[in-house]
Amino acid sequence: MEMIIQIAAAAMSAGTPLLFAVLGGLLIERSGIIQLGAEGVMLMGAVAAALCCIRTGSPAAALAAALAVGATLGLLHAFLTVSLRVNQIVSGLALTLFGSGLSAFLGRSIAGQPMPGAVPKLDLPFLEPVPAAGDLFAHLDALTWLSFALVIGMHLYLYRTSWGLHLRALGDSPQTADVMGIPVAAFRYGCVIAGTMLIALGGADLLLVYAPAWIEDMTAGRGWIAVALIIFARWNPLRALLAAYFFGALDALGFRIQLIGSDIPSYFLKMIPYVVTILMLMYLGWRNRGKPSGAPESLGVPYIREQRL
Amino acid sequence: MTLPYALEMRGIRKQFGSLVANDDVDFAAKTGEVHALLGENGAGKSTLMCMLSGVYRPTAGDILIRGRKVSIRSPKDALALGVGMVFQQFRLVPTLTAAENIILGEKSSVWRGASWMRRKTEEITAVAERFGLGITVDRPVWQMSVGEQQRVEIVKVLYRGADIILLDEPTSVLTPGEADRLFETLLKLRAAGKTVILTTHKLREVMAFADRISVMRKGRMLKTLNRLETNERELAQLMVGRNATGAVRPEAGTPGKPLLEVEGLTVEAGRGRTAVRGVSFTVREGEIVGIAGVAGNGQSELAEALAGLQAWSAGTIRVCGREWKRASVRTAIESGVSLVPENRMKSGLAGSLGIVDNLLMKTYREPERSRFGLLRGRRNREWARSLVERFDIRATGLDTPVRQLSGGNQQKLLLAREVDRDPKLMIAVHPTQGLDIGATESVHRLLLGLRASGRGVLLISEDLDEVMQLSDRILVMSGGSIVGEMSRENADRERIGLYMAGLRAVPGEAAS
Repeated sequence: MEMIIQIAAAAMSAGTPLLFAVLGGLLIERSGIIQLGAEGVMLMGAVAAALCCIRTGSPAAALAAALAVGATLGLLHAFLTVSLRVNQIVSGLALTLFGSGLSAFLGRSIAGQPMPGAVPKLDLPFLEPVPAAGDLFAHLDALTWLSFALVIGMHLYLYRTSWGLHLRALGDSPQTADVMGIPVAAFRYGCVIAGTMLIALGGADLLLVYAPAWIEDMTAGRGWIAVALIIFARWNPLRALLAAYFFGALDALGFRIQLIGSDIPSYFLKMIPYVVTILMLMYLGWRNRGKPSGAPESLGVPYIREQRL
Repeated sequence: MTLPYALEMRGIRKQFGSLVANDDVDFAAKTGEVHALLGENGAGKSTLMCMLSGVYRPTAGDILIRGRKVSIRSPKDALALGVGMVFQQFRLVPTLTAAENIILGEKSSVWRGASWMRRKTEEITAVAERFGLGITVDRPVWQMSVGEQQRVEIVKVLYRGADIILLDEPTSVLTPGEADRLFETLLKLRAAGKTVILTTHKLREVMAFADRISVMRKGRMLKTLNRLETNERELAQLMVGRNATGAVRPEAGTPGKPLLEVEGLTVEAGRGRTAVRGVSFTVREGEIVGIAGVAGNGQSELAEALAGLQAWSAGTIRVCGREWKRASVRTAIESGVSLVPENRMKSGLAGSLGIVDNLLMKTYREPERSRFGLLRGRRNREWARSLVERFDIRATGLDTPVRQLSGGNQQKLLLAREVDRDPKLMIAVHPTQGLDIGATESVHRLLLGLRASGRGVLLISEDLDEVMQLSDRILVMSGGSIVGEMSRENADRERIGLYMAGLRAVPGEAAS
């Protein structure tokens, strides 16, 4: 039992940065724009948070820096894909390459330095006597609570508000949305910028809560995993939570086996989450063959109103 | 003061690059009438409608709504002016329900609780019932028939408060029965004081339901007539610009040996859908077999299976007595089956390549065309030039990208390639879709020529007139099955229409 709770707690803490990135990516892709820049955006968010935190000592300022960097990169991606109608895959890949290169350069001077401040924890002492829930929820940090709020908020937004309905229509059929008077380009800009901010927040969370210090390429492919998990979550925020924690649990499991001191080389253990992700995608692809994938139908297709049909 | 015209367009011009789609068009629709815009494909009707609905913006000219000059910059502007359009390709989000599609874009409230949805659903149902439009509001659109989807579109436009309603080719996807139902709705709309404008190229519909008719040809507005003061013949002449000669009737022939024998063919179409269900028929030498039906009832999948493009899950295909073991384009080509595909630019021609390369696509392996793996350049050009002359393909040069040819010339090029291979069996899917009368006639002549020389033709078409005019036998497909078969002599439009709507043939049934 204790083992399970430990793994669940570890899954949550490893899964939360991913959850931010998956939610951000989901928001962007729901609007019909492919987002492959997550890896670079997370790294940029993390390095911005690290630099700011070391300068000011304030985690709040660090988060603000990450969000600002996210907004800037989001604006760039939106300008390229919505206004200039550049190939969305290429724009995303460029963002990843640019982000990992620039973050490595900016972070050289602070690599390995511990962060002076930590994200405050929300202590809920009344939960402590409750079995399981007490261990899991009594001492969580503010960012994790924020991620819960985002999951629920995004679910309600998508399925219970008029704006959410607009967003779902936008990704499936921008022609229809346009005819119904929804401003396609502005809406897409908004989604790409907000979503990229969330992805950058995921990077900041990874740095401030999960890892002790900035190191080059610290995301270790989590941005790419987030891209895969969007498919796994079928563009649904509640499933995104499951997907992110599932990956987090695998991550934690590998780490734990290593601690127990097994003979398996650590490289193999670190591979587990990635291999399982591939296997899960294969399994889902096979199980859902012939069914709609849940992907927005116009994902990746630029919208031009006067295009002749 | 009552305004005579709900809508006026003056001197409208629309250019797409160098292509002039509308040239100096004047058009006016009276309040409370059903006004038909008549013209062939490519006459510029849809373009004109799209400018009214804000999808396109005119290059020049004025639009007046209820006597006031307006500038319609987006579909949103059009809706605000009370102009709503039902597009030929529906503007519906398939994954959403009818109600969600209808309230899409409504900004009155952000939060959508259960009671709010219930109230909206009631409002939508009330609008639908008022005009006799039966829809299931809580069903996702992708599960609906095309007819129901169209009703959702009309309810949507009405719900948004439009009183000028534009319908672009509303009957092109409907069975004759569904079309009649649509016209009843349109008359109800007129009775409620709405202005209805629809585009069509079908004379029969125009004569049955329109109050006034405007005829367009090649981007120009020719004339607006009262229905009571004109007739089908006059309209046809205006539309095509000369007397439509029509029927090139084939004399009844004597079909020879069976060329294609299909038995119990079943084709799956992904997403768990069975597109073709146990279809059996035969095509003989010197025979044109027509398959009529509303598009999307399995015809495309059937054609693809017969061309070796699509695997089948049950049944047999025999060509010239030899059974095909599996789907293979190579086998199909080698056994002399030719396909004129549904979408010529998608799966028939390579748009950026020239005429010579497109002609070579199926024959480049032959020693005539290539030697030691190298194409025989000069010889192929001469061969291509002879085909261009023989099939009367108008192009600026042999290397012009075929995308730049007109639809008719593209189709003639495709047919030239297929006919030159001397196929035993030609499968032609919607071969004249989007072609003008002249090109249609040459395609028909080619198909009849194949028949006369003892080849077999399987003609799949939505155009009932075309099927009835060319075929020796007519099969009707609906829901993936062949629901009716009749010889050319026994064919009548009404019965085919009933079959198309999915009514199965009853043995011993008299022609009704």
